[in-house]
Amino acid sequence: MTSGVRIALLVFLAALFQASVFSAIQVLGGTPEVLLVTLISIALLRGSIAGAAAGFAGGLIVDVATFGTLGVTSLLFTVAGFWAGRYGETTGRDRAHAPLLAIVVITLLVGLAAYTLNFLLGEDVSARQALVTTLLPTLGLNLIVGGPIYALCRWVLRPAEPPRQSREVEVVV
Amino acid sequence: MVVGVLVVLALALITVSYREGDSGRLDPVHDVAASALYPFEVAAERVAQPFRDAYAWFDSLFDARSDAKRLRRENERLRQQVIQNQFAARENQSLRALLDYRDGPSFPRDFDGLAAAVIAQPAGAFARAVVVAVGSKDGVEPNAPVVTADGLIGLVTRVGTRASRVRLLTDGQSAVSAFDVKSGADGIVRHGRGSRSTLVLDRVPKEDAVRVGDTIVTAGWRSSGLSSLYPKGIPIGEVTSVGQTDTDLYKQIQVEPFADFTSIDSVLVLVTKDQGEATP
Repeated sequence: MTSGVRIALLVFLAALFQASVFSAIQVLGGTPEVLLVTLISIALLRGSIAGAAAGFAGGLIVDVATFGTLGVTSLLFTVAGFWAGRYGETTGRDRAHAPLLAIVVITLLVGLAAYTLNFLLGEDVSARQALVTTLLPTLGLNLIVGGPIYALCRWVLRPAEPPRQSREVEVVV
Repeated sequence: MVVGVLVVLALALITVSYREGDSGRLDPVHDVAASALYPFEVAAERVAQPFRDAYAWFDSLFDARSDAKRLRRENERLRQQVIQNQFAARENQSLRALLDYRDGPSFPRDFDGLAAAVIAQPAGAFARAVVVAVGSKDGVEPNAPVVTADGLIGLVTRVGTRASRVRLLTDGQSAVSAFDVKSGADGIVRHGRGSRSTLVLDRVPKEDAVRVGDTIVTAGWRSSGLSSLYPKGIPIGEVTSVGQTDTDLYKQIQVEPFADFTSIDSVLVLVTKDQGEATP
């Protein structure tokens, strides 16, 4: 299975579970953003283009499945995936704390951007509700699920092993 | 380049989706896509259901304690409210009965009735009395008769400014001149020695034909400048047994009072009309 197919499968499953399962789970007012964490992990492991494409596709699935305004989540996740990928390709390369740092920063920025975008679209959203009551618990939950999801993505997207070369050569005379 | 295209595409989707609302050109596409996703969503939900149930179970455990505390508080508050409502309904019923009695034909014409709530009952096994919430400021004087809608219950024995003590008929010191409405036999109603609320009609000669079921009312006599403390015709009770012995000069008549002395909530204190009007 190629890397692209595996990424698509990961994004599809994450988006489905996000829309149908995790969105309904509320802990201290927050909801775990499994799709966002998956996107960040994919972007860190596979780069900015893969991150942006995965973000676009995942966001579109969520928008379709939840009958939201098409493109809103796609836009946010495209930019988030791209930024995470760039971070992974540059300063975050080979840093152990890169996933957690990316999750913290991107969760906060996506929350802020989502509030701004929805505000521009005329949604009646309380700033306190969106940026304090919900966002901070969501950040905590994302950090909790971040480690396992990153490990899962790394396992799924691991490079294929090169063909084993024999160490001994039998010389037939 | 790819990212730019995706961002522009997303912005275009937002624009079209937002401008055209629920019935735009994107709507059929949206519907088809959502229909295609539906089986996967259902499958995902089914897969996740046991985990969600487990989460809900733990979550409910987490919340159970605070819920129990909150519900206990709410239950207590509602219980108190129910008691208050029942009390108010009972008080309302009692006061309405008093008003009916005051406006009825059996109410003594020379008197006004001051409605008063019973605010205290002195403790103790012997004193049969209640404290009512009217006093000298309302025109109450000592020896004012006190009634309920059912009948006579006693007499004011001590008057304060805003409260008065009423000695009940069931007190050992109470005595009311009364007569049997049917036979006309006179006697004195006082506390009997049986139960706490039983009365006896004493001093009834043996030749008077008192029968079980007869109604006993106050006599309200007047004689050479003196008069009974009680107006005439206030119901007291019903004869429940009549007996006589050779050694006793009078009949032994037991009377069951009309008024329920075990639960007196409100009363009418009878004051003579000129007193009531003279009160500041």
